[in-house]
Amino acid sequence: MDVKDVLEKNEPFPGQVHPTPGGGILVSSIDEVISWARSNSLWPLVFGTSCCAIEMMSTASAKYDWSRFGFEVARATPRQADVIIIAGTIVNKMAPVLKRLYDQMADPKYVIAMGACATSGGPFFYNTYSVVKGADHVIPVDVYVAGCPPRPEALIHALITLQEKIRNGGSTQGAVDGNGKNG
Amino acid sequence: MDKEMLKTRIVDHFPSASIEEGTEWLTISVDASTWKNDALKLRQAEDLKLDYLFCLTCVDWKTHLSLVFHLHSTIYRHTLVVKTKMDRNLPEIETVSDIWRTAEFHEREAYDLFGVRFLNHPDLRRLFMTDDWKGWPLRKDYEDPVNMIRL
Repeated sequence: MDVKDVLEKNEPFPGQVHPTPGGGILVSSIDEVISWARSNSLWPLVFGTSCCAIEMMSTASAKYDWSRFGFEVARATPRQADVIIIAGTIVNKMAPVLKRLYDQMADPKYVIAMGACATSGGPFFYNTYSVVKGADHVIPVDVYVAGCPPRPEALIHALITLQEKIRNGGSTQGAVDGNGKNG
Repeated sequence: MDKEMLKTRIVDHFPSASIEEGTEWLTISVDASTWKNDALKLRQAEDLKLDYLFCLTCVDWKTHLSLVFHLHSTIYRHTLVVKTKMDRNLPEIETVSDIWRTAEFHEREAYDLFGVRFLNHPDLRRLFMTDDWKGWPLRKDYEDPVNMIRL
């Protein structure tokens, strides 16, 4: 997906404003307005298990500044978070914790698997006794990012991809059923 | 204190210990059966005072297991590395957790991942792995068909 196309194509608001004397009439659909609002205020959970978390922090801080796209409010509790970025290796002992955090997040909720470890186990795929071979064995994933670790640009790309997915009505999977099937 | 000076003092205390060449820190090998006494001497001798154990590692050489102790003196600021060999089938050695308190955790780790039995250790049980775990994961011949994909 080319982010440039997305950013150019996107209208500031989904709908039309018809000016009338003394104000205006807004025409849109509720679904579009809701997904527009959701996609522009995704609050990530503070969750990082290894070096990808360093890149995630870099993405959050001044130089890359993901708050330009609406991700600024990193939450320390899953109750207030909309998206969990799995930034790092998930080991067998961490898997139940990740599952619990995901279950504690309120719907609608989204998941980004950041980097090789979260995607497939990555460098720990072979000859390891402790690593989960892909976080999607534990919770459903919306967007995968390649890299080891991915650069901040790649993570921002993933976040914009997730926004695009939400705006197109995709993935409210948690709300549809608990099994992670796409709604 | 520099390496050469420490070397002369070590040779005074341990005439029989073999000294490894070409290492950053002075490295000696001692026998596993005398390790406990040697450790006490390293800690207490007036001219050594190695009062800080900053690393305890186990290495699986396939033919045997070896333990590597990194010791430092906060008084003289010298560093010494001590290596011992153990039988791979029955790796047993006296604990030094009463000499350096740090060793209690480090020895638990070596037990957990390599199966080294530290005699007289106060609390020798699994550290990272679950209590019911079978086997020693960091040994070279470790097999786990459920969790591991062999390449």
